[in-house]
Amino acid sequence: MATYLEFIQQNEERDGVRFSWNVWPSSRLEATRMVVPLACLLTPLKERPDLPPVQYEPVLCSRPTCKAILNPLCQVDYRAKLWACNFCFQRNQFPPAYTGISEVNQPAELMPQFSTIEYMIQRGPQSPLVFLYVIDTCLEEEDLQALKESLQMSLSLLPPDALVGLITFGRMVQVHELSCEGISKSYVFRGTKDLTAKQIQDMLGLTKPAMPMQQARPAQPQEHPFVSSRFLQPVHKIDMNLTDLLGELQRDPWPVNQGKRPLRSTGVALSIAVGLLEGTFPNTGARIMLFTGGPPTQGPGMVVGDELKVPIRSWHDIEKDNARFMKKATKHYEMLANRTATNGHCIDIYACALDQTGLLEMKCCANLTGGYMVMGDSFNTSLFKQTFQRIFSKDFNGDFRMAFGATLEVKTSRELKIAGAIGPCVSLNVKGPCVSENELGVGGTSQWKICALDATSTLGIYFEVVNQHNAPIPQGGRGAIQFVTQYQHSSTQRRIRVTTIARNWADAQSQFKHIEAAFDQEAAAVLMARLGVFRAESEEGPDILRWLDRQLIRLCQKFGQYNKEDPTSFRLSDSFSLYPQFMFHLRRSPFLQVFNNSPDESSYYRHHFARQDLTQSLIMIQPILYSYSFHGPPEPVLLDSSSILADRILLMDTFFQIVIYLGETIAQWRKAGYQDMPEYENFKHLLQAPVDDAQEILQARFPMPRYINTEHGGSQARFLLSKVNPSQTHNNLYAWGQETGAPILTDDVSLQVFMDHLKKLAVSSAS
Amino acid sequence: MNVNQSAPPVPPYGQPQPVYPGYHQSSFGGQPGSTAPPNTYGAYNGPVPGYPQTPPPGVSRAPPSSGVPPASTAQAPCGQGGYGQFGQGDVQNGPSSTVQMQRLPGSQPFGSAPLAPVVSQPAVLQPCGPPPTSAQVTAQMAGMQISGSVTPAPPPSGLGYGPPTSLASASGNFPNSGLYSSCPQGQAPPLSQAQGHSGAQPPQRSAPQQASSFTPQASGGPRMPSMTGPLLPGQSFGGPPLNQPNHVSSPPPQALHPGTQMAGPPGPPPPMHSSQQQGYQLQQNGSYGPTRGPQPNYGSPYPGAPAFGSQPGPPQPLPPKRLDPDAIPSPIQVIEDDRNNRGSEPFVTGVRGQVPPLVTTNFLVKDQGNASPRYIRCTSYNIPCTSDMAKQAQVPLAAVIKPLARLPPEEASPYVVDHGESGPLRCNRCKAYMCPFMQFVEGGRRFQCCFCSCINDVPPQYFQHLDHTGKRVDAYDRPELSLGSYEFLATVDYCKNNKFPSPPAFIFMIDVSYNAIRSGLVRLLCEELKSLLDFLPREGGAEESAIRVGFVTYNKVLHFYNVKSSLAQPQMMVVSDVADMFVPLLDGFLVNVNESRAVIISLLDQIPEMFADTRETETVFAPVIQAGMEALKAAECAGKLFIFHTSLPIAEAPGKLKNRDDRKLINTDKEKTLFQPQTGTYQALAKECVAQGCCVDLFLFPNQYVDVATLSVVPQLTGGSVYKYACFQVENDQERFMSDLRRDVEKVVGFDAVMRVRTSTGIRAVDFFGAFYMSNTTDVELAGLDGEKTVTVEFKHDDRLNEESGALLQCALLYTSCGGQRRLRIHNLALNCCTQLADLYRNCETDTLINYMAKFAYRGVLNSPVKTVRDTLITQCAQILACYRKNCASPSSAGQLILPECMKLLPVYLNCVLKSDVLQPGAEVTTDDRAYVRQLVTCMDVAETNVFFYPRLLPLTKSPIENTTEPPAIRASEERLSNGDIYLLENGLNLFIWVGAGVQQGVVQSLFNVSSFSQITSGLSILPVLDNPLSKKVRGLIDSLRAQRSRYMKLIVVKQEDKLEMLFKHFLVEDKSLSGGASYVDFLCHMHKEIRQLLS
Repeated sequence: MATYLEFIQQNEERDGVRFSWNVWPSSRLEATRMVVPLACLLTPLKERPDLPPVQYEPVLCSRPTCKAILNPLCQVDYRAKLWACNFCFQRNQFPPAYTGISEVNQPAELMPQFSTIEYMIQRGPQSPLVFLYVIDTCLEEEDLQALKESLQMSLSLLPPDALVGLITFGRMVQVHELSCEGISKSYVFRGTKDLTAKQIQDMLGLTKPAMPMQQARPAQPQEHPFVSSRFLQPVHKIDMNLTDLLGELQRDPWPVNQGKRPLRSTGVALSIAVGLLEGTFPNTGARIMLFTGGPPTQGPGMVVGDELKVPIRSWHDIEKDNARFMKKATKHYEMLANRTATNGHCIDIYACALDQTGLLEMKCCANLTGGYMVMGDSFNTSLFKQTFQRIFSKDFNGDFRMAFGATLEVKTSRELKIAGAIGPCVSLNVKGPCVSENELGVGGTSQWKICALDATSTLGIYFEVVNQHNAPIPQGGRGAIQFVTQYQHSSTQRRIRVTTIARNWADAQSQFKHIEAAFDQEAAAVLMARLGVFRAESEEGPDILRWLDRQLIRLCQKFGQYNKEDPTSFRLSDSFSLYPQFMFHLRRSPFLQVFNNSPDESSYYRHHFARQDLTQSLIMIQPILYSYSFHGPPEPVLLDSSSILADRILLMDTFFQIVIYLGETIAQWRKAGYQDMPEYENFKHLLQAPVDDAQEILQARFPMPRYINTEHGGSQARFLLSKVNPSQTHNNLYAWGQETGAPILTDDVSLQVFMDHLKKLAVSSAS
Repeated sequence: MNVNQSAPPVPPYGQPQPVYPGYHQSSFGGQPGSTAPPNTYGAYNGPVPGYPQTPPPGVSRAPPSSGVPPASTAQAPCGQGGYGQFGQGDVQNGPSSTVQMQRLPGSQPFGSAPLAPVVSQPAVLQPCGPPPTSAQVTAQMAGMQISGSVTPAPPPSGLGYGPPTSLASASGNFPNSGLYSSCPQGQAPPLSQAQGHSGAQPPQRSAPQQASSFTPQASGGPRMPSMTGPLLPGQSFGGPPLNQPNHVSSPPPQALHPGTQMAGPPGPPPPMHSSQQQGYQLQQNGSYGPTRGPQPNYGSPYPGAPAFGSQPGPPQPLPPKRLDPDAIPSPIQVIEDDRNNRGSEPFVTGVRGQVPPLVTTNFLVKDQGNASPRYIRCTSYNIPCTSDMAKQAQVPLAAVIKPLARLPPEEASPYVVDHGESGPLRCNRCKAYMCPFMQFVEGGRRFQCCFCSCINDVPPQYFQHLDHTGKRVDAYDRPELSLGSYEFLATVDYCKNNKFPSPPAFIFMIDVSYNAIRSGLVRLLCEELKSLLDFLPREGGAEESAIRVGFVTYNKVLHFYNVKSSLAQPQMMVVSDVADMFVPLLDGFLVNVNESRAVIISLLDQIPEMFADTRETETVFAPVIQAGMEALKAAECAGKLFIFHTSLPIAEAPGKLKNRDDRKLINTDKEKTLFQPQTGTYQALAKECVAQGCCVDLFLFPNQYVDVATLSVVPQLTGGSVYKYACFQVENDQERFMSDLRRDVEKVVGFDAVMRVRTSTGIRAVDFFGAFYMSNTTDVELAGLDGEKTVTVEFKHDDRLNEESGALLQCALLYTSCGGQRRLRIHNLALNCCTQLADLYRNCETDTLINYMAKFAYRGVLNSPVKTVRDTLITQCAQILACYRKNCASPSSAGQLILPECMKLLPVYLNCVLKSDVLQPGAEVTTDDRAYVRQLVTCMDVAETNVFFYPRLLPLTKSPIENTTEPPAIRASEERLSNGDIYLLENGLNLFIWVGAGVQQGVVQSLFNVSSFSQITSGLSILPVLDNPLSKKVRGLIDSLRAQRSRYMKLIVVKQEDKLEMLFKHFLVEDKSLSGGASYVDFLCHMHKEIRQLLS
């Protein structure tokens, strides 16, 4: 095996798993001392073009409490046709279909390269995907028009047999019946009244009549499909109708007086959408797509009153406990989110408005159900349009990159227990022997529901080593973990993806170096960040920062090489060298800092942070900065103010924003129009290069980032300036006037200061 | 004759005038001038008047004059009431046959009258009596013919009083009769009327004229006394005078007659009757006995009679127990007489306290300061000055007000007065509006309120100088100073929220449950609506209606429709949250018909299709109203909901009802619950509707019990109408429904109205009946008010009234016109006040009284057992009549039934009320029907209640075909039907054609297009269109009858001896009814008994 780096990469590519530690400390005590918990980032549906699903069902361990799936780590007795479960050591008979196996005729799941394998289940009814559009009509005309066009376009992207439904809302909520010809019908609900699921279903006529007329009885079997089909129809049948209907969609007709916000019944609309699907297609893949252009202003789930003079809550208000509606609204949306999750549906939120739209309150709808959250300024921007379009993109197989109703089950070998998971999931509350009592993230269970996921959806899963120090694991022992993800593929099949991994146990005393070298600082940074962000949802910002700092210091103390009380002697090994820097940027990131962000923005950033894979997460933590100049090919440069030079073009990717920044000189050149002169074609190319690169990123990224093209002195340059390490500020005047970059006007500490402190603390014996 | 009469009246009037004027003095004076004496009478005023005539001095004259006729006149005076024409009175009894005999009696009647007079004025009388008489006579004579000219005496004003006059003459004739007093008594049997009539008849006519002259005398009531006294015998007036004006007492007369007559000048006597009005007394009692003797007529059996037994005892020997139906007051006759006497001259409203012609009479009104009787009718135009008197008389003081009544094309609708920004001029204290009765003082700088006497400043812009009589010089240029009815444009202060209203809206709400679809209702309705929408009411000469329309369909959920003009297709919005109704859309729900025509048509085309396969049988109701109301609220306008509903709302929703129909409750203390709403939901809802100006019209198409009592709560409280089509079938009911709907949609409506009735000090409006809501004790709030809705207001004294200033009513209605204009409509009416009960009785209107009593009783059933309500009515009626008998009628045998002339129909009408479905249901009458009728009657006007309780029965084949006028009606009794004829009966809601079994084949053929009686389909509802004179005439008649009524009357052809005949017989109200209602004759006897009990 080559380096750990390669090992890690290989593993990630094959299994979609990155562990913080790739060699595991073998006892609980040692594990605790490692500071960074044993944890992994799992991308359950990581795209594996090379992995065609097998067309049969997995073989399960027969022990009822185990039910682990046959995997390459199992010991197999080909002669006796027996296999031993590597988790519970139960010996199992192979099913009859496996009678022909032998060492040379192994089923795929026994081959080491198939540590991740996907089974296709043929059983069970296939139900079509359901897309329910929930549209805010209190939009500006232009926005509404753009949204309508996007939606109409989306009809052509949907699978033809998918069911679509339409709910519009403003002051009232309208559920449109799509089956009718001639007159278009809709059911209308008051936007101020919280209805129970039962009421909603009654009012929509989804429940069977209590006392059906006698003739009706024989017809009943067909009634169910008929009833639901009034609101949810296959796209291919009604796309014309629906296109017209969307085309005729008018802005909410209720007058909005001067100084008022339009009355927007988002809470009720969502509640009805959830109720509708709950009554018609429970436990089938369904997406509720909420398009909203402003905060809910009435009814349950209202976030702000309709008086414009009362602004929507800010972090300041929240800290002062001055956000009147927040708690109630949050409760409403949480209740909805939980119901939705129970039904296996997901809620996407597309919020496009200049002001906040209440994402803070609604975030759980997307967070708990695996739905997307997209925030933009207007529906009439490419940010929204392309993001929306990308939802319906297809993979190399021509399948939609979305999966539904997944259940993730984690099985561990005995030395490990599951502490929890952080990501777009909800607990299924399945207790078991491998569930730890210490929770990290969503714990107390070995199974989670992920109502919607795609190829990049990533969960952080945290473990606890429970092996006692005095019961050493034999040399060469391996711990194993199996991830079983059952889900509904976008082609509506049920599939099961099984990933089984194993790592070596190592004694922290004797094999410290191994453990240290097998540290995956990137994964560790992201996993720690997830923990921090998860805690930030419920705790005060400063507490989190203190906690992070303490963890970092302890880690440095544990793994740093230094002489006590001598900061200058402090060194970290390669596998740890970047970690403090990640932590520095994490501390400054919008995930933990709410300053300068609205509550909605914070929610938005945190939402994405909690679901993206490692690479993207790292970009979020520490944006990437490329520099373009005449001096050579584009190169990555330090995210530092010293990188901001007059003759450079910078391209920064923060995941949420792509910023192209022209240095002062470049900007002047461009102003002078050199790029249009044939003799300065190279300048033109220089200008174009970052734009092309940006496009590339834009093409691939979901959600589409905000694309900012700015220059020295431009107002938008703040996006860059706020991210870079403020190595030069107005405080360290020595930098003034030097050609070494641009000063940042901030009181924030720079990385250097941060490191200095860190070293000092790490080497101090006081802590 | 008629002619004369009319003419005569005048003269008579002369006297009468006096009457009016003050009855009083002046008048008399005036005329009398010549007849000096009379004047005196005048003094009497009241009561006596009639008598005077008696004085018959006239007698002598009488003869001369017309000879016959006169008789009646005397009374006339009294009658001033107008009916002057008593003549008719005579007639009434119809049984002309009797005539002769009657005369005698006629005189007698007076007797009664006299009483009163006697008291006070005897002295006078005499004087007057005689002299005048002569004078008068002459005068009369002259007058009569001349009519006007003669008048001298009678000031023209006489208006129609014609009748009185007659009396005079009558008296003349009778002279002797004068005696009636004597007569009566003696004669015991007085069926006065009879006499009156009989005799009268002939005379009467003429009488009237002459009468006029007399009248005065008559008025002189006093005389009567005199007559009675001394004269009597001598005088000749004899009884004939008969009648005191009022009462009809005459009665006995008949009996008497014989006797009397003798006494008197036989011939002439036509007693007229005074009877006329006056008193009709039917005496039946004992009198009969005698009477009969004489008269054949009486023959009628009269069960009651026995009872009377007492009466007669002595006198008559054996009065057959039967009372001749022809001898008792006949509604037909009264109506006919009034028509003849008062139909030809316009009714000029300039004089205070005039009794208008009957509602059954066609007449024109000239507004000269008092509101037309089309707007306001009172039970009495002469109000007792004190509450003691009022209590004694028990005559309810009520006004039946129809503020937006439709006027015939010949009469101009009220002028609209615009006082600019300052708004209408009002009294500062009582807020009464400027009206002709306001007194300008201090050279016009101030005015004194005629209601509360407060002195107000006249605003500078309104200032005008006064002329020498104290009137403003511009009085005739300003409607509010010269007319009884006019409108003000309201300023923004009179508008809700201080905003001028937007034009109202109509919302059509259609039940699309299984029943409605299956019966074809929905398809029919949608088809019809397409054309109906072009006929929405418009303001004045507006090009198109300002009214916007909206559509809702519903079963157990509601479907709203967006019919915005910009849409290609209507959009349906379903609201299933019926527990908490709201309006799902604003823009596009209420639209202008012309702009959205295409979308609306498309919608109406599709509604029947969309629900064609519905299997939904449950409906909601309260949420439907709520939805309509909320829609209007959202649109910030008033409006009207047209709800087309089929079934009991049993779906889970507010206002859900259960079937609680239980026939076992009938005649128990719990019966009232059948009339009460099941739940309070609807009242609360109605209150909200009223606040929003949302009027609800309900069209019901039930197949079974739908609980009309509950469903009609909202229409009732919002000024809406309820229409009910039981077992609706398109084939049978299409025409009726379409016609009603069309009329309902087209009719002019005022919205969001508040009505306030102000009165001059001394009386106060205390109770209100009709379709409206009241949140306090004075303001009648009407979400909507159309030209058919009537509010009956009852007044009570709270202080003494002044005879001189009279009593004033001002009804102010603030409403939004269908064009969205806010207006105030003001009606003013001045009434006389009296200190003599006789004046009260002489100026009553029985039709109005019945209207009030029916409404009172129909409301009573909500709170008391029906039996109690009936007894209350009977007792009140007995008290009214007993009071008359005791205080106004001339002394006569206790056995004699004496009725005031103006109230002689009270018993028959009251009996009809008592027998009505609500108060005494037959076995086939459903609870819903009763509630429906109860609700209908509550907002009927006088004309409607009149024909509703006493249906018109018209013989179709009696008169020659060429005769194009409406055939004369006959009394509603089976005895009047001959099996060789065909009759038509209508009561404003139903229309029957009854075919006698013996009708000629030719007639059958030409009317029904079948060859024989047996081939006529029983229950037929449409007459075949045939091209022959009879068919055309009958169909024409039906059409014209339907046109007169506010609701389309469905025709039912009934064959004699057929099963359906039961249905028809139910409407022959003079007969005993199957449900136990008394026949007219029986009831009259019963009433007599009651009266006697009260008197003894």
